Amino acid sequence: MRVLLVDDEEELVATLAERLDMRGIDAAWASDYRSALGLVEVREFDIALLDVRLPEMSGLELKRLIEARRPDMKFIFLTGHGSEEDFEACSAESGKEYYLIKPVQIEVLVAKLNEICQGQGERG
Amino acid sequence: MQDGWKRFKPKFLEHSEQTSGTNKSLFNFRRLWKQSIVITLAVVLLPLFTLAVVDYTVSWKALESELLLRTTRLVSNLRRSLTSYLDERIFALNFLILDNSYAQLADENRLKQILENLKSGLGEWYDLGLIDHTGKQVNYTGPYNIQGMDYSGQDWYKKLHYKDQETYHDSIAMRSDVSDVFLGFRKTPHLVISVLHNDAQGRHYILRAGLDIEQLNAILSHFELSNNGDAFLINQEGIIQTSTRYYGPIMGKFPLPVPPFSERTQVIEGQDHVGREIVTGYAYITGTPFILVVVKQKDTLMGTWEATGGSLLLFLIGSVVAIVAVVFGICTYLVNSIYQADQKRLASLHQAEYANKMASIGRLSAGVAHEINNPLAIINEKAGLIKDLFTFRKEYEGDQRLLGLVSAIISSVDRCATITRQLLNFARNLQVNVQKLSLRRVVDDVLEFQIKEASHRHIAIAVDIPAEIPEFFSDRGKLQQVFINLVNNAFAAMKEGGTLAIKSRLTDDGAAIVTTVRDSGCGIPPEHLEKIFEPFFTTKSGSGGTGLGLSITYGLVTELGGLIDIKSTVGAGTTFIITLPLKYHADKADKGDTHEGTVG
Repeated sequence: MRVLLVDDEEELVATLAERLDMRGIDAAWASDYRSALGLVEVREFDIALLDVRLPEMSGLELKRLIEARRPDMKFIFLTGHGSEEDFEACSAESGKEYYLIKPVQIEVLVAKLNEICQGQGERG
Repeated sequence: MQDGWKRFKPKFLEHSEQTSGTNKSLFNFRRLWKQSIVITLAVVLLPLFTLAVVDYTVSWKALESELLLRTTRLVSNLRRSLTSYLDERIFALNFLILDNSYAQLADENRLKQILENLKSGLGEWYDLGLIDHTGKQVNYTGPYNIQGMDYSGQDWYKKLHYKDQETYHDSIAMRSDVSDVFLGFRKTPHLVISVLHNDAQGRHYILRAGLDIEQLNAILSHFELSNNGDAFLINQEGIIQTSTRYYGPIMGKFPLPVPPFSERTQVIEGQDHVGREIVTGYAYITGTPFILVVVKQKDTLMGTWEATGGSLLLFLIGSVVAIVAVVFGICTYLVNSIYQADQKRLASLHQAEYANKMASIGRLSAGVAHEINNPLAIINEKAGLIKDLFTFRKEYEGDQRLLGLVSAIISSVDRCATITRQLLNFARNLQVNVQKLSLRRVVDDVLEFQIKEASHRHIAIAVDIPAEIPEFFSDRGKLQQVFINLVNNAFAAMKEGGTLAIKSRLTDDGAAIVTTVRDSGCGIPPEHLEKIFEPFFTTKSGSGGTGLGLSITYGLVTELGGLIDIKSTVGAGTTFIITLPLKYHADKADKGDTHEGTVG
C-alpha cells in the first residue's frame, strides 16, 4: 500500500510517515501542495491523507488537483479543528472519504487505510 | 368561590412589572386592561345613556302634548254640547214668548199646559213663570208655591232689565239670560233661563223657566273621563255650579283661581289645592256666566307611560349589565392574549440569549480544541514513534521502564484528545442542524457528562432504550440540551441516593417516540405543576435557579415538533414525558445522511 501524507506540520507528518513505514506501509510525505503534486507526478499512490487546512490551498482543492492526475486514488481528510464547516465541506465530496480528527491513533489510521485499500481491491 | 376566582383570574393581574432590561414587558398590562375597559365602556355607554335620556324626554313631551290636545278636544266637545243644550232651551222659551200673547201666558192653565209640553219635548223642566215689567211673578206653574214673588231685586232680573234699558236688540242673546246656579226661594241648586219680550205698549215681560242642574251634570258626566278626570262648571266668581269629584260641593268656592277669560278653549298645567299635578282645560261658555272646567290628574294619565318607562329602564339596566360583562370579558381576554404573547416573546428572547451564550462558548471551545489538537497530534506521533521503536527494534526491547513511560505519555494524550473531541462535539451541536441520529446515543452522550455526579451522589441511572427505536431526524444539539436540562432537573430533585430512569418506546402508530425521564425525587406540588414550564417560575430561587431551564426545555421540544408533559407526586418523584416525531421536516431530512461515517 502506498500512502501520501500532506500536512504543514512537518514534525507530525514525518513522524507519521516513519511509523507507517515501520508497519509495512509505503508512506511519503509533503508539507505543502507543491511538493505533494510533485510527488504525485513522479510516484504512484493508493491513498492520500490530507490536512483540511493547508497553507495557500485547502485540502479539498488539493484533493481535486490530485484526483485530476490520479483518478483512482482514495482520500482521507485529517483535521485538528473538527468544525461544522470543514465537516460539511469534506462530507459533501463524493466517494468514500474519511474524516479524522487529530490526534489519531496509529492503529485506527492503519485500520482505516486497510479498509479503503481492501474496498478498492474488492472492486478492482 | 375564591378558588373559582383564582382559576379565572387573568395571569397578567398577578404579573409584577419589571422596569428595565430585556425582562421588561412591552406594556403595563394592568393599566392597559383598565384603560381598555374604561374607554370601551365610555364609548359604548355614553351614547346609550344620551339616547335613552333624549328618547325619554321626547316621548314624555309627545305624550304630554298628546294629553293636552286630548283635553282641549274634550273641553271643546263638552262646550259645544253645553252650549247647544242651553241654546235649545233659550230658543224654546223664545218661541213660546213669541207664540203666546201676554194674556195667554198669564193664564194659569195655559202655562201649565206649556210646561207639560216642554217636559215632553225637551226633557226635565223645573217650573215656568211669567214676570211683568215690575218684576212681579204674575203666573207660575211648578212644584213650589212662589206665585206673586217679586224678582225685581234679583241679579238676573236686573241684568235682563238693564240689557233692555240700554238698547233694544233683536238679537236673542240680548233678550235672554242664563242665570248662575243658585238656591233661590226653593233652596235647591238650580239655574234659571229667562227670555224678555216687549208688548205692543213697549212694556216688557219675562218668561222664565227653572232648570235642574242634574241635566247639566248628566251631560258633563256623559263624556267619558279617565279615572281621575273631573268636568264641571264654575261661574266667573269661582262658585262651583255642578257637582265635582274633588273640588267641593255645589255652590262652594272653587279652590283654584278662576282662569282668565279666553274666547277659545285653553289648557293649563299646574298643581291643584292639594298639590296634585293636574292639567286643566277650560272654556268660557258664551252668553252664560259659566266656565267649563275639565281637570285631569297627570299622574294617573301618565301612569301607563311610567309603566312603559319602567320596563324601558329595566331594559336599559339589563343592557348596561350585559355590555359591562361583555366588555369586561373581551378586554380581559384580549389583554390576556397580549400578555401571553408578550410572555412568549420574553421567553424566546431569553432562549435566544441563552443560545447565543452557548454558541459563544462553543466557538471558544472549538478554537481552543483546535489549537491544542495540532501540538497534541505531534506529541502523539512522537511518543508513538518512540513506542514503535521499542516495539520494532530489538535493541530497545529490554527497557520496560522506558516503554512504560512512553505508554503513559500516549494514554495522557488520549485523555486530552477525548476532552478536545468532546469540546468540538459540543460546539458542533450548538448549531441548528437536523440530522439522522440515534436516541440512545444522544442520551448516552448526555449521561457521559453526568455520570461522575451521579456516582458521587449514589444516584442509580437506568436507561432502557430498546433497539427497535429507529434512528430519526432531529437536531442533536437541541435534543441533547433537552436531556441535559431534564437530567439536571432530576438530580436537583434528588438528595443522596435515588434513581433516574430513562425509558423509550414507539407510539402505537409508530410515528413518534415517547421518552420518559423519571426521578425518585421530592416531587412537585400540584399547584406548581401548571406553571412549571413558565419562564422564571422557580422553586429554587434561594439556590440560584433562574427558572428558565424547563421553559427552555419546553421551547426546545416544541421547536423539535414534539410535546412535553409532566406528572408528579410529592414525595414519590416526577416524570417528564417527551413525545418526539420520527419525521422532523421533510425538506431538511436529507441533510442528515451526509453525516454518516463520522469518526471520532
